Amino acid sequence: MDLENKENQSETIESLTKEAETLKKKLEDERQKLNDVTLAQVAERLDIINYMNIKPRRTLKGHQAKVLCSDWSPDKRHIVSSSQDGKMIIWDAFTTNKEHAVTMPTTWVMACAYAPSGNLVACGGLDNKVTVYPLSLEEDVSLKKKTVGTHTSYMSCCIFPNSDQQILTGSGDSTCALWDVESGQLLQSFHGHSSDVMAIDLAPSETGNTFVSGSCDKMVLIWDMRTGNCVQSFEGHESDVNSVKFHPSGDAVGTGSDDATCRLFDLRADKEIAIYSKESIIFGSNSVDFSVSGRLLFAGYNDYTVNVWDTLKCARVCLLYGHENRVSCLQVSPDGTALSTGSWDYTLRVIFFCKNYIFV
Amino acid sequence: MKLVLARGGNRSSKDSNMVTMNSDKAATKRKPEPNNGGCTKINNEEPSHVHPVPTSEESPNHLLYKKMEKIVEKMQDETTGVPVRTVKSFMSKIPSVFTGSDLIMWMMKNLDVEDQQEALHLAHLMASHGYFFPIDDHMLTVKNDNTFYRFQTPYFWPSNCWEPENTDYAVYLCKRTMQNKTRLELADYEAENLARLQKMFSRKWEFIFMQAEAQSKVDKKRDKLERKVLDSQERAFWDVHRPMPGCVNTTEIDIKKACQMHKPIHGVKLVNLSSQLSPSTSGLAPQNNLEQMKKQIALLKIRLDRRNIKISKAAESFVAYYEQYLEYDSFFVAPEYPNPWISDSPELWEQEKTAKDISARRVKRWAFSLQELLQDSVGREHFIKFLDKEFSGENLRFWEAVQELKALPQSQVQEKAMEIWGEFLAPDASCPINVDSRSNELTKKNMEVPDRWGFDYAASHVYHLMKSDSYSRYLRSEMYKEFLNGSKKKVRKSKT
Repeated sequence: MDLENKENQSETIESLTKEAETLKKKLEDERQKLNDVTLAQVAERLDIINYMNIKPRRTLKGHQAKVLCSDWSPDKRHIVSSSQDGKMIIWDAFTTNKEHAVTMPTTWVMACAYAPSGNLVACGGLDNKVTVYPLSLEEDVSLKKKTVGTHTSYMSCCIFPNSDQQILTGSGDSTCALWDVESGQLLQSFHGHSSDVMAIDLAPSETGNTFVSGSCDKMVLIWDMRTGNCVQSFEGHESDVNSVKFHPSGDAVGTGSDDATCRLFDLRADKEIAIYSKESIIFGSNSVDFSVSGRLLFAGYNDYTVNVWDTLKCARVCLLYGHENRVSCLQVSPDGTALSTGSWDYTLRVIFFCKNYIFV
Repeated sequence: MKLVLARGGNRSSKDSNMVTMNSDKAATKRKPEPNNGGCTKINNEEPSHVHPVPTSEESPNHLLYKKMEKIVEKMQDETTGVPVRTVKSFMSKIPSVFTGSDLIMWMMKNLDVEDQQEALHLAHLMASHGYFFPIDDHMLTVKNDNTFYRFQTPYFWPSNCWEPENTDYAVYLCKRTMQNKTRLELADYEAENLARLQKMFSRKWEFIFMQAEAQSKVDKKRDKLERKVLDSQERAFWDVHRPMPGCVNTTEIDIKKACQMHKPIHGVKLVNLSSQLSPSTSGLAPQNNLEQMKKQIALLKIRLDRRNIKISKAAESFVAYYEQYLEYDSFFVAPEYPNPWISDSPELWEQEKTAKDISARRVKRWAFSLQELLQDSVGREHFIKFLDKEFSGENLRFWEAVQELKALPQSQVQEKAMEIWGEFLAPDASCPINVDSRSNELTKKNMEVPDRWGFDYAASHVYHLMKSDSYSRYLRSEMYKEFLNGSKKKVRKSKT
């Protein structure tokens, strides 16, 4: 009886495998049909972008080790950054003053994030935990710290999804998780990646119910925060996906990977629609972000540079030098007026350039 | 793991066995002496972490090394590569070298680098990874001049992926002190390192010394030119793995990647990787159970059923988005007030906070989408005023209450959910909203166990209603037009 059952099962597995194969092929054919033109062809009518005279506007010095992560405050001028020396620093980037320097219980603070109110920051790393710190000028920030969630491996990235009351985290345990800040309760967990989650980003839609994650399994997954289900998946990268970021329209996701490429995946076409690479770029990309119009994609690389890509023409606009070691993080400020970069050379920079005006 | 990482910078902490095994191999390859293998036995001091030995393929730098090696191979091509010569200088010969300017010229011609700066930068990076090196400088960089450089032998390439031990380093430095040659003299920092190592390994120093002596003997037997090359290559190897102070250690691995590599379950995971690469599409292992297969097929079917747009349509939408938002992208068009990062004046931010002098540019943006309107506090208030005039403010109030609910701490969710139900949807609601029967039923069912997402369906219905109805009427209204014109005038006034 048992044997028979097993045989039946193996048969069904076989037939199912076959079915899956045909479906996959069909899917491939269907996707091929969507390739009527390329993005670059459509963008041919646009002017070529040129930038001159690019200088860092601010340099933030104070970390004693590699800067691993940074995040802009919603007030558009403060930055929180975390470093391998176990310090988290709150900067007034505009004046370059340090407002808080908090010592973490762990060295290797891999991720940090500002809450939407600007009154709270979260961070974590090798301690597998996500900890929140309410910011106040009166007392020692670390006195009021609170551990919210714990993963079974390092926490690689975190983000507040439109509220100070929740944190979304990604971890080396290949899951993402949504936590209630007040109680530390796990509200939802997200299973689907088969390797370490490296980056997450929230969709800019009015409801903010979806987010994207990138992982060392080379996949980019889109999640529904309400159900915990993966609703869309993108493949294409040939190595770890280190960074994911929604296009400001919310219709696509930009990614950076160890395969030395950045890519654009369209949610509506359900496929990759652009690849940003060059033969001479051989180092992996750690961090990507878009300008307000979505035309520029800034990408920080392990070769100490930032490449600025024209997302539409699929060409490089310019190459920013300056850091003396890997660029580990990068982010456009909330109002799009500047770009911050953080590096293994212990510094952060605020960069700005524009073709239409001349710097003094 | 933390301990190892802290001690070695963030150098990858590899299984000590593997390293010594490799360094044995290194020693035998370089100096075929039987007693060199003894080095393994001294390494017991290493904390024995039982990590799976990472193969070179798993190293996060592997892809990069492969790419650099491809370039180096091209550079070393006898006919089309960088011209390598043996240079005669006063009284002696400098074997197998090339100049920095020849290298840069070759790179400009053969790689798709944009300009000399990019070529120099790439050359610098390749040098700092040790693929070629200046023949008498510990600083691994490249200058576009007549400085001499030499290629590293593949044996010392970082892709061979072994992290040398401190004992190996001690033997090497010790050996250098035995060879009375000026070119082998220790630099200050090396002498300091040697002193430190001698303290650290005081118990087994005799052994290290003996090994160094043996190696040095072998070296002396070599041909003079061959020795010159080998000495420099060995030095360059250590310049990569124990860089001069102030130089970047390129063998460091991203901490996340190091953790990933050293996960004990990694081996198991790799097996699964091919079958789970994508929850929807990917190769299937026969051992996959039925359920997984069915799940996969279901996902594939969902993907097939999806209605997708063509690339042309997607591309047009991105171009349109860019054109619409160009004005608001500081990297293209200057904002109304000087960019704070250039002018050093926070005027722009202060202006945004006040509700006075709203620019036409800002008001124009409200017409892009309902989301844009609601994101701007001034726009939102203006829209509420409009809705109040129309006596249809409850839709927005409901939608905002639902968004607020989602942002609440878990402890307050239930109470707030009941409140929303009571205010907007219950049969005796104080401020009833009109939703379709399906939304109503769904929400009613959700209310059995109220949670933060329970009203989502109804809220999105209401949002679309607002968007197609009140919002479009708002945009056509005199109220909006007046505000838009008024703001234009204000800007003009403030300019004159």
